[in-house]
Order: sequence, then structure tokens, then C-alpha cells
Amino acid sequence: MAEVMSMEDIRAEAARLNIDLSGVDWNSIRLPPGEDCGIKSDDDDLYEEDALEFDAGFGNIIVVDNLPVVPKEKFDKLEGVVRKIYSQIGVIKENGLWMPVEEDTGKTRGYCFIEYNTPQEAELAKEKTNGYKLDRSHVFVVNMFDEIDRFMRVPDEWAPPEIRPYIPGENLQRWLTDEKGRDQFVIRAGSDTEVLWNDARQVKADPVYKRPFWTESFVQWSPLGTYLATVHRQGAAVWGGASTFNRLMRYAHPQVKLFDFSPGEKYLVTYSSHEPSNPRDTHRVVLNIFDVRTGKVMRDFKGTADEFAIGGTGGFTGFSWPVFKWGGGKEDKYFARMGKNMISVYETETFGLIDKKSIKVENVMDFSWSPTDPIFALFVPELGGGNQPARVSLFQIPGKEELRQKNLFSVSDCKMYWQSNGEYLVVKVDRYTKTKKSTYTGFELFRIKERDIPIEVFELDNKNDKVISFAWEPKGHRFAVIHGDNPRPDVSFYSVKGGKVLKLTTLKQKQANALFWSPSGRFIILAGLKGFNGQLEFYNVDELETMATAEHFMATDIEWDPTGRYVATSVTSVHEMENGFNIWSFNGKLLYRILKDHFFQFLWRPRPPSFLSPEKEEEIFKNLKKYSKIYDIQDQDISVLLSEQDREKRKQLKDDWERWVSEWKRYHEQEKMERQMLRDGEASDVEEEYEAKEIEVEELLDVTEEVIQDA
Amino acid sequence: MRPILMKGHERPLTFLKYNRDGDLLFSCAKDHTPTVWFADNGERLGTYRGHNGAVWCCDVSRDSTRLITGSADQSAKLWDVQTGTPLFTFNFDSPARAVDFSVGDKLSVITTDPFMGLSSAIHVKRIAADPDDQIGESVLVLKGPQGRINRAVWGPLNRTIISAGEDAVVRIWDTETGKLLQENDKDVGHKKTITSLAKSTDASHFLTGSLDKSAKLWDSMSLTLIKTYVTERPVNAVAMSPLLNHVVLGGGQDASSVTTTDHRAGKFEAKFYDKILQEEIGGVKGHFGPINALAFNPDGKSFSSGGEDGYVRLHHFDSDYFKIPSI
Repeated sequence: MAEVMSMEDIRAEAARLNIDLSGVDWNSIRLPPGEDCGIKSDDDDLYEEDALEFDAGFGNIIVVDNLPVVPKEKFDKLEGVVRKIYSQIGVIKENGLWMPVEEDTGKTRGYCFIEYNTPQEAELAKEKTNGYKLDRSHVFVVNMFDEIDRFMRVPDEWAPPEIRPYIPGENLQRWLTDEKGRDQFVIRAGSDTEVLWNDARQVKADPVYKRPFWTESFVQWSPLGTYLATVHRQGAAVWGGASTFNRLMRYAHPQVKLFDFSPGEKYLVTYSSHEPSNPRDTHRVVLNIFDVRTGKVMRDFKGTADEFAIGGTGGFTGFSWPVFKWGGGKEDKYFARMGKNMISVYETETFGLIDKKSIKVENVMDFSWSPTDPIFALFVPELGGGNQPARVSLFQIPGKEELRQKNLFSVSDCKMYWQSNGEYLVVKVDRYTKTKKSTYTGFELFRIKERDIPIEVFELDNKNDKVISFAWEPKGHRFAVIHGDNPRPDVSFYSVKGGKVLKLTTLKQKQANALFWSPSGRFIILAGLKGFNGQLEFYNVDELETMATAEHFMATDIEWDPTGRYVATSVTSVHEMENGFNIWSFNGKLLYRILKDHFFQFLWRPRPPSFLSPEKEEEIFKNLKKYSKIYDIQDQDISVLLSEQDREKRKQLKDDWERWVSEWKRYHEQEKMERQMLRDGEASDVEEEYEAKEIEVEELLDVTEEVIQDA
Repeated sequence: MRPILMKGHERPLTFLKYNRDGDLLFSCAKDHTPTVWFADNGERLGTYRGHNGAVWCCDVSRDSTRLITGSADQSAKLWDVQTGTPLFTFNFDSPARAVDFSVGDKLSVITTDPFMGLSSAIHVKRIAADPDDQIGESVLVLKGPQGRINRAVWGPLNRTIISAGEDAVVRIWDTETGKLLQENDKDVGHKKTITSLAKSTDASHFLTGSLDKSAKLWDSMSLTLIKTYVTERPVNAVAMSPLLNHVVLGGGQDASSVTTTDHRAGKFEAKFYDKILQEEIGGVKGHFGPINALAFNPDGKSFSSGGEDGYVRLHHFDSDYFKIPSI
């Protein structure tokens, strides 16, 4: 990249010119056309595509074909009809409707041009009226004027597509082969985005790749860690590579706001919402589903913001991301979204609805997929003032069969929690008490993998306790719940192994409001974020004992590394001060901390699941001693090396300082006379050899005589 | 040891200065009265009444007879330390900020703020032995830096003046010709306003503190950067131990943006660093607001801090402090 001013310089410059940077609307700044002020854009080629359209200025014109051919007398009538249809969609420019006629007969030619005020209106008109049936023999075919050019250029004869030779790609998973078995993470602070190794043995972060202005809003790893995705005005992009980060693919989607990978990282869903040109209209929403590797749009969805808002009647409304939830595990076979009174399940072979129709569920409020199987659970609230009970149902895809259903009474709210292997589903049910004034909480446990899916009902020791947080042990049989009333709630651990829900223990009065299980289970962090100022308790659930308590003051986010060896706690820029992150070992030892101003994101690079079979893993676990020996030796070596290096460095620093001081002493000695002169001959350099004398002074304050009498 | 809390000012502290013998401590605050205390037990000895604005800085002569103060009332005053009577007033057209006596106390540097179209300036005044002979004329006026000059001190042998301020640049001026001799290397320099500057006892090096959350140690002759101390807070005040290789940094979140949730949030600690290794060795908590002023007793056995909270805290070190291994 060409020379880039650092943000610091820009601020300084702005301060000098008395410009208030916070008041500047960056989006309003446009470089003069044809002048890039020497700033090279990464996305020049994409830009150009856009620019061409605008230069031509025909983006707001559509061509309507298949109009009836009418003689001169009926021209006005036809024009009236067309105008009526198209002025409903947007404002047609003055003289913006032009219907050509045959010169000699005065008959219309069966097509017309319509010019709107904006390209958006034209786009909308095309979408809405393409295929419009005026009558049986006149079905409108609508195209953008700009596209005509493209259609004209289609060659008449088919030519076989050129087959490009296969170019082997880079090994995108090279980072997994790191000799030291380290993990990577990405951080975003200020304008810089940086990928680093977590070199915990050397207690530092080792830089991999850094780039300023890498993204316009945020970055995200793909779920298996292969790609890093960035957001730009023109669309999203993914980056990766064997040793560095190259752009692998771009996904054009103007003004993209959000994106989401499918769990097997085959597809990327992008989302944008656009301000309507007419203030009475609602926001328009565009969703694209891309194939990550080819960059092709597999399916696009367009609609109003209302259509993509979630929620049934009486439920909450509003936008919730992701719109599409992916099901069926890592194979990325199905994705679904909840609409009004229905759930639409699509499959990725055709990107169409399964059986071409959605599943009708009156008033569905919430649904969630099993993390591993094509099964989803949905929740329908009570209807008709309690006449129709609330229910939770499990559906199997693609058959759409209802596997299990449970009716629930006087329910105020339901939350569903899947265990990561899809073996269990816990539904937390808040019910009204008889008086309807307060609620209490119960749990329903579905054992998905067992025959007929048995359901078990259980409650906390005190069912009136409010549940603050709930978390399954990853791949395990235990879960943790924070319950009770602030400021010091209790934390309980339960096991569901052996066909019964069993409470393991309750920790009383903890400063915690969030739970973070290690990805390999067994260890959990009870964290007090926000109001609790970042209290951390590292807890071993196998032994039921606290390993360490610590604090990362003001911490806002906690994330375990994918192996469960290290934990990162960070303070992001929601707070003004303290920004940065800490890296801890799994047992709560602070390894190192890095402070960064304007710290926005910390994300560990995920790892794909291990190829080892469970049996092999078991075997390794049993013979851990044998395997760990070599690493113990390495650890030892490194720690010796480190302390050696450290000692050298200190010695070096000390020597440098001594040398500098002695140099100065020499000067100082030389200048002694001059200094004395300045002080009128006062022979005093004693300031350097300051001596503190202690002088004891005894002072007699008062003397009184008292006669002490014997009793 | 338990710190001694000295409550004598009604407004935030701005500056602290020990006399050479280390028995007196002078404090300046945004109230209009500089105060002198016994540096041993924190007892108040007296005040210097006469200024009509915040007092930003002071210096005391080597023989502890004269005090000079710079104030926002657009004046700098010379005082008789013992009686508290004002001896002379230097009047300016803009607020005075930093003051510093030269070696030998025959000259003083006074900086003035940019004000009503006037740019900031560094004035050099001659200090007469007999206050009756004192005149207000400047020997030298230096101009050039943008924004406030927060500190200006004399370099070795009065040959140079070292200045630093809002433009984040440390400058060395020739006191003979008034020429700018050196500016610090931009790449290694501070990124934000320099708030404070402290000289070593032999004037061989000096320490600057900045709002960019760092303090830097410079060679006073060559202006080469020797060390950088990185902290978590904007630095308002710096001090160097005359005894051990320690530096102290004080500061904290800007007073206007201090969170109300927890006093820890602002980190109003005085942080001790190893001068050579640049590593943090400890902290002294206590203030309820940012630390604006720090000073070491010349014997190195106590130090005091002045805060936005209006308190001066006088700390005598425990014997453990002197046992901190240096390397």
C-alpha cells in the first residue's frame, strides 16, 4: 500500500486546522471524479464496474416488452394504462415514458421505455412487473436499459467454454501444522487489524500479519478457521493462505452490513438493508447466499424489512441475526428461517424450499437446530388466553415429521439450549404462578439419542430463583446454571448421565453473571462481567474445586482458545480506558497482557474438528504421561532459554546505563568550575553527594512532681 | 508508612516542589494561594497570598530565600520565603505557566500561554540579588512552539533551556542567542501533549510525561531518547528518585471523564518504574482523582503527590523500599 497517514497524524493535523473530527461525516466525503489524490484503492476494479453504470446514467431506465401493439387512436389509452401501472411503483420522470411508434403506420411497436428518478425505483419496477399479466397474450418482460447492451452482445453461435488448466491452491490449513502447536488469533484496534500467534511458552504474542484498514466494520473467522472474512462497502471478502493472508475471494454485495458462514464454511450469507427512497416505504433488505469457494451467488432474497423481521403475533418484533439458521451439522445441507406463522426450510442442493413449501406453524416464536442432526426444536406460546397450551416440538428434516411434542401450561417464556453433540436439549420454561404476578422456572430435558426421546422434568432447589445464565459442557453430560438474585447469585452444576438429572454442587454467592466452559469440557470460568467489574473464577468441575480466582478489571469479553489450553479476556472499546486483552492459562495463571487503545475485537482462529477417532483420543488420554514427556522437556528448555535471555538483556541494559552515566560524570567533573562560578564561587556540588544527618534534639516540656501514696 | 494527608488547598493541585535541603515542600493549586509545608510531618507553615488566579508552577532558590510562582492571573511573583511577602511582580499579557530558577539563581525562565491572539512565549528574566533593584524587563524572549508550553527548565550550565508542551515536541534553545538548537526526533517522540518534565539532580537527563500514556527519558545534551516507560493512563506528573534508579509516574483518566462506578477505574495510582529496565515495580494508591503533581524529597526517602482531589499526600518510604533489588 502507498504511504498512509497514521490516524494519529490525521488527528494532529485536524487539531492544527481546528477541525472537529467527530463532527465529520466520512461518508459525505468524495474525492473529485478522476482524482484519487494518490490514494490507491484496493478495490479499484470493483469500483470501476460501478462507476460505468453511473456514468452512463441509464440505471434508472427500464424497458418494458410485450406491450400490445395498438394503432394511433388507442395510443393515449395504452399510455395511460402503462403510466398507471408504473407510477404506482415510483415517480416517473417528466417525459420519462417513451413509447416508440412505426413511422409510416403510427402503430406502437410493442415496447416502451420508462425513466424513473432513481435506479432503486427502476430496480423495484423491474422486480415487481416482470411477468405482469396485462391479459392472456400480453405478459410483460421487463429489463433494465443497461442490460440491453449486454443482451445484444450475446454471440449467435455457442462456443465451448475455455477450460482453464488446474492451478493447485495454497494449503489453507498450514497454520494447523505449527511445530509448536500454537493457536492464532486476530485483534482489531484502532485502524489496524492484526493476526498473531499465541506464543504462551514465551509469554508473548508473535505477529503473523498486520494490515491497516483491512475491514470497514468487523472481521470474522470462518467456523473451521480456514478463512478470515472482512467487510467492505462493495461487499465481503475472505482471506487466507499458507504463510500470509491473501485475498482468496470477493463477494460483491453493496453496503453489506452483516454476514454469516454456514457451519461447514461452504456458504456465506450476506445481509444489507437499504434506506427507502420514499420515506413511507420500509427499509429494503437484501440477502445473498454465496458459495465460499466459487464466489457465485447461490440464491438471493429480497424483501422489506418487515418480511425478515422475526416474531409471531404478540411476540417481539425486530431484526435478529442470523436470519438463516443452518442445520444438519457441518454438511451444510439445510438452512431455515422463521417467518410469520411458518418456518421455511431450504436445502442447499437446489437452494429451494423443501417440498416447495414452508412448514406452517401458527404463532411460532422461536426455533433452533440441533448442532449435529437435521432436527430442530420450535416453541409456540400459549394462545387464546390459555385455552391452547404452549408447546415445544421437535421436527425432523427432510421428512418434516414431528418427532416429539410437549404441551406446557401457563408459560411466560421458553428458551432452548442444545448440547453441542446434539444429545440433549434443555428447555427452560418460565411459568406464571397462580396469581400470575410472578414467574418460576422449570426445565425439560429431552434425551434426543434415546428411544422415543424421553422427557424429564426438573427444577432448581429453589424454583423461584431467576436463571441468569445456562451453559452445557461442550461434548459433555454436565451443565452449569447461574441462578438467584443479584448481587450475589448461586452457581449450580448438574449431570444428566445415567438417566437422571443429578445435582453435583451449588456454589453460593458468586460474583458471576456469565459462564464460559472450556471447549474440551471439565473446566469452566465463572465470570462477572459488566456490573461485576471483571471477576473471574477458574473452576474444575471434575474435582469440584476452584483452581484460581482473578480479576481483569472492566473485562467485557472472554474467549477460550479452540484447544481449551488458554483463555483470552478483553476490554473492548465500550469502555474508554483499560482497552486491551489478557491471556490466561486454563487454570487461571495470567501469562501476559497487551494494552491497545480503541480495542474492538479479539477472536481465536477456530480449528476444524480432530480426525482422531474417539477410541484413539481415549488411548492418548490414558497414556498422557508418555506423550507429555517430550513437551515437558521442551518447556524446560524454553524456560531456561528465556531466563538466560532475560538475564542477558538486563545485564546489557544495565551496562549501557552505566556507560552513559560514567560519560556524564566526566562532563560533570569538567564543568565543575563553571558551575561554581555561576554560583558565585560557592563550592558546592554536594547536591550529588547529599548527606542526611540525623540530629537529635531533646526538649524539656514540663516537669511535675507527684507524691504516690501507698494504699 | 501511612501517608500524611495534607488538606490545605480547596482546588486541584498543580505543582509540588521541595527546597534543596528537603525540609520544606511548596505546593501550588488552582486556588490562588501557594502553600509551604514542613516536608517532615506535613504541618502547614504558611501561605503566599497575592495571586488572583490559579497558580501553575513554582521554584525555590537554592538558599531557600526566594520563591517564584507563575499564575493564570497573567503574572509571575517573587516572594520572600520566610515572611511570605511578595517582593516583585512580573506582569504579562497572558497567563504565566512554568517558572524555573537557573543555576546560581540569577536568572529565571517564565513561560506564558497563548491567549487572545498572542502566541505562547518563553521569557528569561534577570533576578536581582536585592529585590529593590529588580526590574521587569526580559533578557530574552523565545517564540515558536504551537500551543501551551507546559514546562521550561534550564539545561546544564544555563547554556540551554529545555521546553515541552502541547505540541508534544521537546525543544532545546540556546540561552545566548535565543536560537532553537534541537527538536526531538519525531519518530520516537511523544504523540500527545507533554504535561510534565523533571530534571535529574545533575541535570544530565530529564523525564517527560505525556497524555499519550508514556513517559520518556532524554539526554539533556544530545536530546537522544534513552528510555520509554509505558503506562495505562495519561501521565500528568513525573518524578525521579535522586537516590535509587526509580521513576514515578502519576496521572489518570481525564477528570471530566472519570467513571463514577469505581475509583479503581481511573487508576489514580503513582506508579514506580525501574529507571533502567523500564519495568513497573509498584504503585501507591490513595488519590480520589488524577495525580497532577509529583515531587521527590532530595534525600530520596520520601515523596509527595498532589491530586485533582485537592490533597497532597506525603509518603515516607518503609525500610523495605530501599531493599528492592535493582537488578
